[in-house]
Amino acid sequence: MEPKVNILIVDDEEIVRESLASWLEEDGYEVKVAENAARALERLPEKEWNLAMVDLKMPGMDGIELMDEIRKIKPETIVIIMTAYATVDTAVQAMKKGAYDYIVKPFNPEDLSMTIRKIIEHQKLLKENIYLRKELKKQYRLHDMVSKNHKMIEIFDLVKTVAKSNSTVLVQGESGTGKELLSRAIHMESPRKDEPFVTVSCASLTESLLESELFGYEKGAFTGADQARSGKIELAKDGTLFLDEIGDISLKLQMDLLRVLEEKEFRRVGGAQLIPVNSRIIAATNRDLTKAIEEEKFREDLYYRLNVISVYLPPLRDRKEDVPLLVEHFLERFNIEMGKNVEGVAESAMRMLMDYGWPGNARELRNVIERAMVVTKGRMILEADLSLPKTPGVSLPNNRGKSLSDMEKEHIRQVLLDNRWNIIRSAQVLGIDRVTLYNKIRKYELKKEPVLNS
Amino acid sequence: MLRKLRDHLRDYLSLPVKITGNMPVPDGSYERNRNQYNSTRILREILRETPGDAIKIVGIVDKDLCIQILTFVFGEAQLGGVASIVSIARLRQEFHGLSPDEGILFERLVKEALHELGHNFGLIHCPDRECVMYLSNTVRDVDRKRITYCDSCDSALYAKTEPWRV
Repeated sequence: MEPKVNILIVDDEEIVRESLASWLEEDGYEVKVAENAARALERLPEKEWNLAMVDLKMPGMDGIELMDEIRKIKPETIVIIMTAYATVDTAVQAMKKGAYDYIVKPFNPEDLSMTIRKIIEHQKLLKENIYLRKELKKQYRLHDMVSKNHKMIEIFDLVKTVAKSNSTVLVQGESGTGKELLSRAIHMESPRKDEPFVTVSCASLTESLLESELFGYEKGAFTGADQARSGKIELAKDGTLFLDEIGDISLKLQMDLLRVLEEKEFRRVGGAQLIPVNSRIIAATNRDLTKAIEEEKFREDLYYRLNVISVYLPPLRDRKEDVPLLVEHFLERFNIEMGKNVEGVAESAMRMLMDYGWPGNARELRNVIERAMVVTKGRMILEADLSLPKTPGVSLPNNRGKSLSDMEKEHIRQVLLDNRWNIIRSAQVLGIDRVTLYNKIRKYELKKEPVLNS
Repeated sequence: MLRKLRDHLRDYLSLPVKITGNMPVPDGSYERNRNQYNSTRILREILRETPGDAIKIVGIVDKDLCIQILTFVFGEAQLGGVASIVSIARLRQEFHGLSPDEGILFERLVKEALHELGHNFGLIHCPDRECVMYLSNTVRDVDRKRITYCDSCDSALYAKTEPWRV
C-alpha cells in the first residue's frame, strides 16, 4: 500500500480549515489543521509532513515567518502559501524564501488537484533518487576510494575479507592508482583501525637512513646518534606498517626485512635487545617485481613472504568508466576543503577528461580537478579550466625511418599492452575486428609479455 | 426530478431512501463578493436539521457552491460522516451556454449524488476515470464517468452498506 500523504493546513479561519481539509480528505490525504503558527509549530514534530498549506495573513506570526521555521525544522516539507490578497511583493517574497507555490484564494479546483499531485510525485522521485544514490555509493565506495569497475569492486570485496586477517599484503599498480589509499582502507576495515597506521616511503631514503628509519637506533649507534630513537616498526605497535615503494630497497635491507617477517622480531641499529613485531605489514610497489627478481634486483624469498595476499590496482585508462565518478568524488571533497560550490563539469570538458590517457592515474585526475576548481570562475568546470598535456593516449616511439608495417606492429603492440592483451577491447580501440587483430598478431609474431600479476 | 433520484438511489444502492422537507438556504452561507454560497456552511446547517433515524443525508441545492480557497465545488461531503451536499447549478447545460437538457442534468445529478454518498460511506477518490468516485473538476469529467461505481469501489461500498440493505 502507498504510504499516507500528510498535509498540514494552517489558517486562522475555521471555515477555511474545515472546507479545505474536507476537500483534501476526499482525495485520500491525511489532513491535520492548525489555527495559527504557534499551533502549527507544535504539530510539526508529530509526523513527516509532505505538504504544509499556510495562510499568509494570520494574527501573530505570519505565513512567511512560519515557512522559515518549517524549513528549518522540516526541510523536506513543501510549503504552499495561500492568500486572499494578491500582491506581487508578497508573492515574490514567498517564492524567494522557498515557497513551492503561492496561491490566491479562490483557486481553480482542477489546478489545486494538479499542484498537489505534482508535489507528491516530485517528493516521491526525490526520495527515490536519494535512495538510489545512497545504494550506488554504498556499492562503489571503500573509505576514500570510489569505483564502479568490476575489478575494483572485486578488490573492495577482497579488502573487506583480508582486513580481518593478519597476513601480509602486497599492493601493486602504477603510480597514482591508489595503493596507499587501499592500504589505509585495509587498515580501517581491520580490528587494528584504532591503532597507528605508519607509512615508510622506501624510495626517498638512502640505505642507512632507511635502516634507522625502519628499525630505530640505540644511543651511540653511529655518529650523531646522541639519543636512542624508535623506528617505524616499533611506532606501528599493534597497528599497520605500510612500506611504500618496496621495490626500491637495497638487497641488504631486503635481507633484514625478510628476517623481520620470518622471525617477527628485530633489533634497533646498534642494539642487542630483541623487540617483537606486532604490526601488520602492507607493502606496495609500482615496479614489476617478477621482472626485478629475474634481474636479481629483488629477493624471491622476500617476494613470496610479502605476496601472501596480492592486489593489483588497474590503471585509470583501464577503468575509464570511473572518471565521472572520481570527478564527482573530488568535486565534493574540494568543495568542502575550498569552501566552493562547483556543481559539475561541462559536457565538453568531461569528454576531454574521458579521452585523456591518464598516465598519472587517479592522482593526476585529482590534481587536474583541484587546479580546475581553483581557476574556474563559474559553477561548472569548463574545457578552459582543465590543463592537460597536449598528447593524450598512445605515444609512439621515434618513428623516423621506420616502415609503415613497423609502425603498425609497434602501435598494435602498444594497444595490446595498454589493454592487458584483452583482444576484444584492443580490437575496439584499433577499430578493427577480432579476427583481423588475431591475424595481425600472428603476422607480426606479437607475444604477450609478462605483466604484473593480478 | 427529486423523486426520480430517490427511486434511482433506492434501486441502485438497495437502501431505504426518502425525501425530507424543503430547507431554506441559510442566510450566512451567501458570499456577497463572489455571488456564491459557502458549501461548508450549508453542510453544517443540514447536519443540524438531520432527522435522528437518517443513515446519510444528501442536500440538493440549486445554488452555485464554493469554499474560500476554491472558485467552486460541485458538492461537499463529510468523509465517513453523515451529511453531504450536491449543487445542480453547474450541472445544468444552460450554465455552460447550452440549451437546457433534463436528461443530461438528471444523469449528472445521479453521478454527483452517488459520489458524495460514497464519501459519506468512507470512500475516497478513485483513480478510475470512469468510476463515479473519480474526482471531477469539470462537467466534462462528470460526463466521462459511468453512472456506477467501479468494481473495487462497489465492493467497498457493499460492505459498508450491509447493516441497512433491503
